[in-house]
Amino acid sequence: MTQQLTAHYLCIGCPMGCRLEVDEDIESHAIVEVRGFSCRLGREYALQEHTDPRRIVTTTVAIDQAHWQRLPVRSEIAAPKDQGIAICRALRSVRVSAPVAMGDIIVSDILGTGVNIIATRDMRKI
Amino acid sequence: MITSSSRHLRSSYDVVVVGGGPAGLEAAVAAQAAGAAKILVVDREAEAGGILLQCIHSGFGLHRFGETLTGPEYAQRALMQTLEHDIDVVTDAYVLDIDERRRVKLLTTTDGVSLLDTRAVVLAMGARERTRAAVRIPGTRPAGVFTAGLAQRLINLYGLLPGTRAVILGSGDIGLIMARRLMLEDIEVAGVFELMPHANGLNRNIVQCLQDFDIPLHLSTTIVEIHGNHRVNQVTVAPVDASFRPLLDQAWQITCDTVLVSIGLIPENELSQQMRLRLDPVTRGPLVTSTMECTRDGVFACGNVVHIHDIVDFVSAEATLAGYSAGQYVAGALPRADNVRLQPGKNVAYCVPHTISTEREHIVYLRTRRQLGACTLRLVGPSEQVVYARKLRYVFPAEMVNLKLRPAILQQFHGDRLRIDVVASEAAVDEDLGEEEVLI
Repeated sequence: MTQQLTAHYLCIGCPMGCRLEVDEDIESHAIVEVRGFSCRLGREYALQEHTDPRRIVTTTVAIDQAHWQRLPVRSEIAAPKDQGIAICRALRSVRVSAPVAMGDIIVSDILGTGVNIIATRDMRKI
Repeated sequence: MITSSSRHLRSSYDVVVVGGGPAGLEAAVAAQAAGAAKILVVDREAEAGGILLQCIHSGFGLHRFGETLTGPEYAQRALMQTLEHDIDVVTDAYVLDIDERRRVKLLTTTDGVSLLDTRAVVLAMGARERTRAAVRIPGTRPAGVFTAGLAQRLINLYGLLPGTRAVILGSGDIGLIMARRLMLEDIEVAGVFELMPHANGLNRNIVQCLQDFDIPLHLSTTIVEIHGNHRVNQVTVAPVDASFRPLLDQAWQITCDTVLVSIGLIPENELSQQMRLRLDPVTRGPLVTSTMECTRDGVFACGNVVHIHDIVDFVSAEATLAGYSAGQYVAGALPRADNVRLQPGKNVAYCVPHTISTEREHIVYLRTRRQLGACTLRLVGPSEQVVYARKLRYVFPAEMVNLKLRPAILQQFHGDRLRIDVVASEAAVDEDLGEEEVLI
């Protein structure tokens, strides 16, 4: 049996915060075992976090003709974790006009990540 | 209907809900489900939705809606549901007073003061943040010191950035969320400082807000002085000893132009006090029965105005109960009065509701005073008999404990008082009296 390396993660799926462990074979990098989860989502998160960590990115973009100056947006699906700051920077130059509906795509395939940025609320025109 | 003018309103309602955040909106819908016909929600902002509108991050709604939503998404769902049920919502409006005959003195921007009659009231005013003054941080009083929620509002609704380099005092969830938010806006976060030896926020927020961005968390450390004449230019921080006294010989300086304080919330109960409702000195919210009724008939309360909740899903659940009870009150169908008083005992700071009935099922929310590992929650009767016990994996003051009580548990109990203790497991007795799933 080859040596194994154990990686530790804390699940962000819900407030329970399960402590997750992923055993990896040092040579083949194959995942041998996942422990510590209390639900299916926890196991999926451990595998995802170990191989390709991702986060839902939330920020705002400028909006004209609305009651507020900013429209809240998020990544439609989780985006690569290390792209969060770059995505927010890219969205700083985006400007939209009301009306906007919740779920409207504000930017598609942001920075070539394959992830769409969508509005998280309606904002009517004033 | 949404309006900002009292001229579009009826002169009398079955239920008036004060506050249009998640608690108020949910309560209104539940009141209707219980049989109330004419319901009004009053909100002081230009739109209902409450604090969720500025909480643009995700992580809400897993319990309530079965999926993870951002604050605005949760708020919009709650508001749409309210409007679909044909409930009136008046915005830019403020309840000045509610008198003994339950006449609501309403102030609107467009029409001034008007009086509305109502048969029941739900208080859902939420909470406000503690400020720098609450912890008396020494130093000058320059610009650049914000509560975390104010900075959140400025950034997320107005697009105004508070500064360029920040220090955050307090590791509650709002402080952690804002640390990440500042980083995403290219505002450097020099560190998060926490007086207590443990973080006050959820572990998942330590991971996704601090560790993801390499923001240092300094435990048992606090800000001892704020410097700067017109604008903050520096803070002095120092570790504290076991009795929270700063060790000034180990202090150091941090250059920054912004300080965010995230040091807790206080239920907003000016109206409740005006109405002479009795408040719990620990929660600073109204005393409530198991139907969320306050110490005045027909007046109910829910959400952060009663006690500070960890997550909005629990607010919604509590609001459903309060609103439903208000509707039942209007229909003359409120359940019989409670017959057991709950008392916070060993290591329990408070519990809500303050009374329960042995005839019905309840969810009791409580907070512990100290952190414990494996421990036992027990209900103890007047002659020290243990009526019920449940093992818990851990308790933590920042995490509310939800205790589900079924009538069967209390069947053998005939007293009028129950004390709730949370003690280390070694000290507990009769652990096998009954065990239930932890509700998360």
